[in-house]
Amino acid sequence: MEFGPHLILALLEGLVQASVLMLTALGLSLVFGVMRVVNVAHGEFFMLGAVLAHVVAGWFGAHPALGFIAALLLAPPLVALAALAFDRTVLHRLGHDPERTIVATIGLLYVIQQLTLMTFGPEARPVTAPFNHRIAIPWIETTAAGLSFYFPWGLSTTSYKLFVVVAAFAASAGVWLMMARGRVGLVLRATQLDRETAQAFAIPVHQVYGFVFALGAGLAALGAVLVVPIRQAHYLMGGDPLLLSFIVVIIGGLGSLRGTVWAALLIGMSDGIVSVFFSPTLAKILATLLVALVLVYRPGGLFGAKPA
Amino acid sequence: MSRALVLHLGLIAVLFAAAFLLPAYHHGNLARIMVLAVYAMGYNILFGYAGLLSLGHAMFFAAGMYGMGLTVRYWDWPMILALPFGTLAAAALALLVAVLALRTAGVAFMIVTLMFSQAGFLVILYFNPITRGDEGFVIPQAARRLAGLDLSDPMNRYLAALVLFSVVLLACHRLVLSRLGRVLVAIRENEERARLLGYDVWAHKLGAVVLSGSVAGAAGAAYGALFGSVGASFAEVPFSILPLLYVLAGGAGTVIGPFVGTAFMFYLRDLAGTVTDAHMLVAGAALIALTLFARRGLMGLVRARWAGWLP
Amino acid sequence: MMLELRDIDAGYGTVQVLRGLSLQLAAGEVLCLLGRNGAGKTTLMKTILGLADRRAGSIRLDGVEIGTMPAYRIPRLGVGYVPQGRRLFGEMTVAENLRIGQLAGDGDEATRNSALAMFPRLEERLGQRADTLSGGEQQMLAMARALCLGPRVLLLDEPTEGLQPSMIALIRDAASALAAGGVAVLLVEQRVEAVLEIADRVAFLENGRLALDTTPDALRADESLVHRYVGV
Repeated sequence: MEFGPHLILALLEGLVQASVLMLTALGLSLVFGVMRVVNVAHGEFFMLGAVLAHVVAGWFGAHPALGFIAALLLAPPLVALAALAFDRTVLHRLGHDPERTIVATIGLLYVIQQLTLMTFGPEARPVTAPFNHRIAIPWIETTAAGLSFYFPWGLSTTSYKLFVVVAAFAASAGVWLMMARGRVGLVLRATQLDRETAQAFAIPVHQVYGFVFALGAGLAALGAVLVVPIRQAHYLMGGDPLLLSFIVVIIGGLGSLRGTVWAALLIGMSDGIVSVFFSPTLAKILATLLVALVLVYRPGGLFGAKPA
Repeated sequence: MSRALVLHLGLIAVLFAAAFLLPAYHHGNLARIMVLAVYAMGYNILFGYAGLLSLGHAMFFAAGMYGMGLTVRYWDWPMILALPFGTLAAAALALLVAVLALRTAGVAFMIVTLMFSQAGFLVILYFNPITRGDEGFVIPQAARRLAGLDLSDPMNRYLAALVLFSVVLLACHRLVLSRLGRVLVAIRENEERARLLGYDVWAHKLGAVVLSGSVAGAAGAAYGALFGSVGASFAEVPFSILPLLYVLAGGAGTVIGPFVGTAFMFYLRDLAGTVTDAHMLVAGAALIALTLFARRGLMGLVRARWAGWLP
Repeated sequence: MMLELRDIDAGYGTVQVLRGLSLQLAAGEVLCLLGRNGAGKTTLMKTILGLADRRAGSIRLDGVEIGTMPAYRIPRLGVGYVPQGRRLFGEMTVAENLRIGQLAGDGDEATRNSALAMFPRLEERLGQRADTLSGGEQQMLAMARALCLGPRVLLLDEPTEGLQPSMIALIRDAASALAAGGVAVLLVEQRVEAVLEIADRVAFLENGRLALDTTPDALRADESLVHRYVGV
């Protein structure tokens, strides 16, 4: 394939990854923005979503479409509930102290990951997409006869991938609307801005925290359910989403939803491109160093305001 | 002689006696525990005393291990040169990381160290031809000689580990009592006040990171030399979490705590290993339990309840 | 008695600020609380709201014990708070800040409208971000926000700090009007003259307890009292 079509392919793949990353990173961003804690186990909630999707879809064996819908409806809420339980029993007792929370969520990461290994096993397991039609993409070429379309072999996407992009954008828009307009969003934002004064205005901050932690996990799981028919469920699949979500949230600006969205698109697309054209390991090295240097030199991220 | 010194010398004496009394299985374990305890003691200098929580110490351990391993493998260096070189490599890395990371604090510091460590791990994988990537490489027995002794022999290995352990244990003991140690504690307790009292906080923190990284590197170099293998897994995230776990369990901010924590968690995970492959499960669960219920760790609890003199 | 504190020991963590403090406030009464910095005035307000550590004593709101309640339950019982330094939700609009007040109480549209009627200038700025308002407007918003929950008790912590005289008069008149309408007003101030006009009682906080509970007239008669307790 020539460079042009190859680039288009990379961009399309990047768009799919970027939209899922946007959803996943929004979850992490909400948790950091409202609760001011870093959830290192965020990637494991993502993985749980994928694993549960496989399990639920398995109940519907012969009907992949039904199985997928069931997974979509069941997996994220289940993961959210697990997260809520952890917040109530552990994080609440730690007073949501930032350093202690990081250590506790590191512990949670290993507990979830290893329990999954013990029950689900070390192999990657697939989930069938509910629909999957190949869609060829045209490419323009100048010939002696002027501009003409043709369909380069290999330049295609699938209807399911397009669905993923649409669904992820829709879900993200839903989160955005909730935060910007809804009553829930108002309460969340007040808690984020001034926790003590929020309490003086009848906001049950600890319940809000539980809700946000659960919502963050649920969004990660939702992203995973959407992407698992394309990838596969595997107990170690949480590492990359965690790293990428971290990068997005830090570069986009801690606590800024708008920054998260832009950074997710930027990083998702470039990660896709760099991985396709260069080595994935090199891409990751650059990404991790970028996060570290951004934190060192611009603690507020590239878009966020300087923290108080 | 102070009670603390008696305790520490006593521990060394007990470990020395154990060299001749322990059955082979525990003999080997204890040698490993002692080297890992050195790693934990290095970590403790930064976490327990200076109050800085690093999530990337594996990069220092690995720098020491690869510094030693690569010079032996490619340049045929003798251990007497390779071991210090590994330590120095770790010290240099610690200096570089400190200069950058100390511009941040708290949670940001944790993430920055985690990121640098991850980058280090990926770099090792990237230069696969040289480092042999994930599988790592073996240090041939012929190279594992120090002062005429064959380090692959279990007794020599144990005693060499004991020597390293004793040196670091007693050095930490001295550090805690020294002015540097007290300034570090002051910085941990109240950084602003320490600055107002005229201490150069940044320089002290830098020193703590470099010292901590060097000790971790020495442990890495020793581990490679004594147990004969060098691998990228020692640069991965779980290996950065382990010293945190050991120190929390044993008691952060105590001299003997890291050893106690390492021994305890090593055997706990060993036991769990008989039941399941998921060896980090115990580590994860222990981390949660420790943060919730036992932040002071075993020796911290001892110090609070009975032995206020414990350094 | 709308608000009654009895033998309150309170503080933050290991630091004790209030010692055996007792205080009463009736509906429609304006009690002005004076005292040096660090005497415990803000701590007292936070203790009523459940935002400080109360170690002993009881707090009754219209007969109901609120000392043991979690903080977020208390505003709903009718306690409005205008914090020192206003503590607005800066990045939210004026309308959103008011809405938070409404959500905290029974707050219906009527309550909100009467709050806005008291501070008409806010009506023009509903869509503006709170942190873009002037000092006086921010103070008005802080009060309006508290009023939106329909309080029976209003806690005002240094509301005239940093304001011009015209603003001070506005705030003062608003507090007075509220009291006339039956709200119990607890007003903490540094500057005595600002509030003497509207206060029914004046109390001095010293060493964590009420050292003196008297009337504005008595204060005017003996100026040395003010020097003694506030040390101007």
